[in-house]
Order: sequence, then C-alpha cells, then structure tokens
Amino acid sequence: MMSIRQFAKHLVVLVGLTALPMLSNAGELGPVPPKAKANASDTTKCVEPIGEMRKNHMEFLLHKRDETMREGVRTKQHSLTECIACHVTPNDKGEYARFGDDEHFCSSCHNYAAVNVDCFDCHSDLPEDASNKLRSSKNPHQNMTEGGKK
Amino acid sequence: MSNSEQTNNYRRKFLAQSAAVAGLAIAPGIILNQVAHTKADADKVTDATRWGMLIDTNKCNKGCTDCVTACKTENAWGMGETHSSKEQQAQWIRKVTITDKQTGHVQSLPLMCQHCETAPCVDVCPTGASMKRADGIVQVDKHICIGCRYCMMACPYKARSFVHEKIELQKPTAPRGIGTVESCNMCAHRVDKGENPACVEACSKAEHGAMIFGDLKDANSAISIELKKHGGEQIRADLGLNTGVRYQGL
Amino acid sequence: MKKAVFKQIDGNSINYWMLLALLGSFALAAVGAHFYMEHGGHYVTGMNNQIVWGLPHVFAVFLIVAASGALNVASISSVFNKTAYKPLAPLSTLVAIALLSGGLMVLVLDLGRPDRLIVAMTIYNFKSIFAWNMIFYNGFFLIVGVYAWTMLQRNLNQYSRIAGFTAFIWRLALTTGTGSIFGFLVARQAYDAAIMGPMFVVMSFSFGLAIFLLIVMATYKWTDRPLGDATFNRLKNLLGVFVAGVLYFVVAQHLTNLYATEHHGVEAFILRDGGIYTQLFWYGQIIMGGLIPLALIYHPTTGKSRTAISIASILIVLGGLIQMYVIIIGGQAYPLELFPGKEVSSSFFDGVVNSYSPTLAEALLGIGGFAVTLFMVAFAVKIMKFLPESLADEAVDPHHTK
Repeated sequence: MMSIRQFAKHLVVLVGLTALPMLSNAGELGPVPPKAKANASDTTKCVEPIGEMRKNHMEFLLHKRDETMREGVRTKQHSLTECIACHVTPNDKGEYARFGDDEHFCSSCHNYAAVNVDCFDCHSDLPEDASNKLRSSKNPHQNMTEGGKK
Repeated sequence: MSNSEQTNNYRRKFLAQSAAVAGLAIAPGIILNQVAHTKADADKVTDATRWGMLIDTNKCNKGCTDCVTACKTENAWGMGETHSSKEQQAQWIRKVTITDKQTGHVQSLPLMCQHCETAPCVDVCPTGASMKRADGIVQVDKHICIGCRYCMMACPYKARSFVHEKIELQKPTAPRGIGTVESCNMCAHRVDKGENPACVEACSKAEHGAMIFGDLKDANSAISIELKKHGGEQIRADLGLNTGVRYQGL
Repeated sequence: MKKAVFKQIDGNSINYWMLLALLGSFALAAVGAHFYMEHGGHYVTGMNNQIVWGLPHVFAVFLIVAASGALNVASISSVFNKTAYKPLAPLSTLVAIALLSGGLMVLVLDLGRPDRLIVAMTIYNFKSIFAWNMIFYNGFFLIVGVYAWTMLQRNLNQYSRIAGFTAFIWRLALTTGTGSIFGFLVARQAYDAAIMGPMFVVMSFSFGLAIFLLIVMATYKWTDRPLGDATFNRLKNLLGVFVAGVLYFVVAQHLTNLYATEHHGVEAFILRDGGIYTQLFWYGQIIMGGLIPLALIYHPTTGKSRTAISIASILIVLGGLIQMYVIIIGGQAYPLELFPGKEVSSSFFDGVVNSYSPTLAEALLGIGGFAVTLFMVAFAVKIMKFLPESLADEAVDPHHTK
C-alpha cells in the first residue's frame, strides 16, 4: 500500500509542478488559507514546524487516526478535531466557510492543488460549537421523538 | 457449552484476573477498583480491561426511551438523514418490546451492539474495518470500511446500520458518513475519559438505574459484583459469543 | 481425431456491430446506475438496513457462480481427458473469465465506498471468507488466463493439463467459498449451513453450463459454423444431470431444515407463507428453473430440438437468478430470531418480515453485469482464435459414422 500511496504522491507533485506555470498568473500566487485562531504554544506556531505540516500533515493525521480509532489514544497533538477547531474560523460576519469553498482552511489548498480528500465524508468540517449550532438550527425538533417509528 | 457453564468459566476467569491485579496493585499501593478507570490521554487501551454493560429488564421502564435519546444527542444520529426511508435510517440503539408467546409476559429492553468477545462482524469483515479494541469495544473503522455490509449480514443482533446518504455536521467524537457501516461503540470517547456511556448516564438520570457500565475483568467493579451475585444472561447465548452486554430478567 | 482448427469470427456484419452496441449500451447504463447510486448514496435503492444485500448481489453472486461453472467443459477435457470436449475448452475459459468480470463489476460498483477498492485489495482479514474470496477471484483470473494461454499457444499445449487441473481445484474452492459467504452466517436462520458450499458448486455447474451452451449455440448459428449433434447432445445431457443435481441439493437442504424444529419458522416462510418468496421458490426456482428444463432436455422430441434446448437453458438461467433471489433476499426478509419463542417489536423492524422493492438502478446495474460478460465474449472471439471452425460430428469424433 505504501508504494501505491507514494506513487500517487509523486504523481500529484509532478502534475502540480507541471500545471503550476499554467494556472498561476501574476495576481494570484497560490492559495490563501485563513489564519488560525492562535499559536499552538508560546514558541511554536503549529503543532509541528510549518513546513513540516505543509508537507506531511496527512502522515501525521493518518498515524493519529489509527492510534485514536484503534488504541484509544486521545492526545491532541495531531488530532483532526484540533486542526479544525483552530484553523476553521468564521469571517467578519461570523459565517463559516464549508469544506469545498475556497475560503475553508482545508479546501483553500486542496482545491488549488486539486487533491481530493474524503475526511469530511465522515468528519465535520466545522469546529464543534459551530457544528452543533448549525445542526440544531437545521433540526429544531431533534431528539424529540424516537426516529424510525413505524 | 451451556449458559451456566459459560458464566462459571467467565467468573473463574475474572477471579483469576483480579487476583493477578491485586498482587500487582498491593505493592505500589494503588486503589484497586480505580485501576482500569483512569487512563491518561496518551495511554493505549489494554486487555487488562474488558468493558461491559448489565441491563436489568425489570428496572427498564416500558415507555422510556431516554437511553435512545441520549445516544442520539451524544452521537448525532437520528436526524439529518432526510432522504432515507425509515428502513434506511441508522439506529445505534433501540428499545425492543418482547412478548412471551406462552405466558403473554411483556418486557422492554434497550438493544444495541452486544460487544461480543468473538464478534461475527469482526470475523467476516474483509478489510478489518470491523474491529475490537483491546478493551473489548467493538466498532467500525470507517477509514477502511468499503461498505460491503457483510458485517450487517453476520450480526445476530441487527446492531449495525449502513449510512445511505451524505451526512454533515457530525460530532467530532462520532464521525459517521455515507457508504460506511456504523454501530454503538459504547461511547468509546467517553469511556476513554473515564465517563459512562451516554445511555447509562441517561438511565441513571431518569432514576431507573437499569444499566450498569463497568470493567468485567475487575472483580470489584459494580458490574462484576452484581453479575457475580445475580448473574446475567446473553441474548442468543446459544451462539457462544460471550457478549459484553448482559441482561437480567430475560 | 484431427486437430481442431481455431479461427476468429469475421465480425463484420451489421448485426455483429449492433450486438456490440446493444451490449455496450447496457454496460454504460450500468455505469450510469452506479454513479446515480454513489452520487447521493444508497437511499435511491430499495436496499435498506433490513435488506442489506439486494438485486445487485443477486446478479453478482449468480454471475460469479456461473463463471466457475462455465469452466466445466475445459475441466472435463483437461482433467478427465475427454477429447470430445477439447475443441470447446478455450471458449470455456473465455466465458468463465468474462462471467467473473461481469459479476465482480456488479459487486464492486454496489459497494458503499467503491473508491476504496484498493483497501480491499491490499488489506486482508484472513478470518473473513470475503477476503479469501478476493484471493480466489483474483487467482481465478490469473490461473484461468494462464490455462487459456497454454491451450491457445501450441508450444505450451503440454502444460495445459497441469494448468487445467489447477484451475479445476481452484474453481471448486472459489464456488465453495462463495457459497460459504452464506454458509458461515451463523446468526441467520436461512443460512448457517455447511450444505451452502457444495450446493453452490452444483449450482455453478448448472448455471455456467446453461450460459455456455447458449453462447455456443448462438455463436455457431450466427456465424454459420456447423455444430454437430455429438457435441450438442453431450453438452445438453450433461446440463440435465446438473439441473437434477441442483434439485437434489435443494431437497436435501430443506429436508434437513424441516427436521429441526429450530428451523421450522424459516422453512414455513420460504415454502408456504412467504408470499412472493414462496411463489418464486415453487414456480420460479423449482418448476420453471428445474422441472420444465429437465423435461425439455430429456423428452425424446424436445430433447432433439435446438430451440427447445435454448429455451431450457434460458429457463435454467432465469430459474438460477430466482434461486439466488430466494436465497439472498428471502433469507434476509425473514426476521432474525433474537428471542426464540417470543414476539419481538421495535422501531427497527425487529420481528417483522422485511420488504424489499428493487429499483430500476439496481436492475440496470445487475443486467449490466451480463452485458459486460457477453460483450467481452463477443469481442474476444473476433480478435482471438477461441472458436473451432467446425464442431460438426466428423470434425469432433473420428469414429463418427452417419
């Protein structure tokens, strides 16, 4: 599986590099992801050096995903929930961009690089509070009755 | 193996376990019944614990669905699946009414994943997405679930649901999505923090106290003490699956 | 016996291209159905959390099982050394590979996450019969492919016996494995029986040979090549034996279940009270798919008629699909026995006979499996030498006298 993944990664880089000169024009030099809420600590901006995160965030997430899912490790360092909580921020009007929008932290780059991810088929693309708020506004009567009654 | 034999085996097993734990624990002077319940975030779950649940059907109120509601709120299901028919909507836990054909005796109980020791869903899953944690919690790793639904065919309890449409705004602790299979995971995220599953909490909040959660391998846990004293049956005990969820008064 | 001369079909006629276009459009419709189902999710299908496997699985399992059976002719020629079957052995491998491709396509396109097929191909849980089957299916392509090669390339002919033997063992394992998908389901009353494996093997013999015979008859008729009675009668008599074999296994399965009180519920459901499933079982599976074909095959008049035998073969295929429907859908429609001796009810349809109404998309996906199979066969016989120029009696049997 590794080899296939690596191959895919190389392919993506190759395609990306080839497409770069064609796509970028003088005005837009690349994606503009929104700013994070805060620095990870007093000394570090993110949970790993920025360059490292840009290059390898998927590896960190993949590793953490199996640890959490299968072994119950609940640390925050490479947790997708924490990424979303810190990086997905509302605009001036207090509105959240959704995954797929260029303004959403993840899709700002992923749209640009045309790399598809399926994280958000199952995970929420919004921080927990925003997610909860939107959910209850969409389902005002949630939990009032038992679903699926005959 | 008959049911009582199996229960006896089971008791013997955790008596032996608790003796071992006691031996270890006495030296550093740790309080015994707390051992399994305090897990640091960085710790991995181990097979020193086996999480289980005991449900007293005599205490379970027939009209009450608080456990189901709590599960829905905790894990954000039972809403948002607007395209799916009732038959297609997911249900992680449900209240079941059973009527004895001979006597007419009616009982009510919550039914969810029974967290089998030898789970058929884990056996049949081609990719290993249907898995059991070291501490006995059975769940689906949706990252590698291909949506073949063989686990749903294999589960004797109809505990699994397939997600028939796109889902959004999930809880961070309960990811769920299109094309994958899901079920009760005993609120693993709460259990890892030392809390009770949402259904158990709701049941005691409603002052029914029909559900006990705890470590089956810890002889001093409330669930073990109660099981030792009054026993607990498995649904479809004939299949010999050694379920983690037990019932009284069946 | 003189060496059979293999030759591609011309495949220049308007009819040939029309056939390809027709099959191609059904295959495209299946792909369209797949995208429709995957786009928003399976809610557009009739499948649900009670009937989790539906019409696509009926077609997929049928085609996969038939794939193994289509190899009959090759097996008989290589393993049991019956020279009369030799000329048709290469076609037999082709049909087998094509059927498996069609079946697997349907199975894969119905997955909840077909995009993760790579996961299924790279991570195996070896306790899962599904995972074994993944290996059986992939191995089948490889082994039967090599087997076909040893037959088609003259200097490799010496290896075709050993390749054929390997393929024979492999296909038996494959069908046993496919039947065991159901046989190993301990929780469900309708399955959980060791007989499922062997029964699927015999079902494969019957369904596969029926499809093979239809393909042979059609191809030889449409290309004006001679198909002698010697070959024809051998194949149709063999088919009769297999149809009887399937009936025998069905009788054995139900008699065993009828003896055990535990299984009376599900038996009454399938055999007597199951509504559509009962009707499908008796009229579709037993009468249409078993008894009528047997009568057509062995009756002195109809047994000689090519038309009657084509009809018999078509009925066997339809009856086979119905048998799969009864096994797969009927088996799930019957409620799980959670509390024996008690009535159960809940919001999740416990204790209720589950209903299933398949949608057009599911049907198109399933039929697409057949289309892909036939397209592959029709195309392959045009570009490669799979078919003997003549299957006339004197070409197949040196001792033949008119």
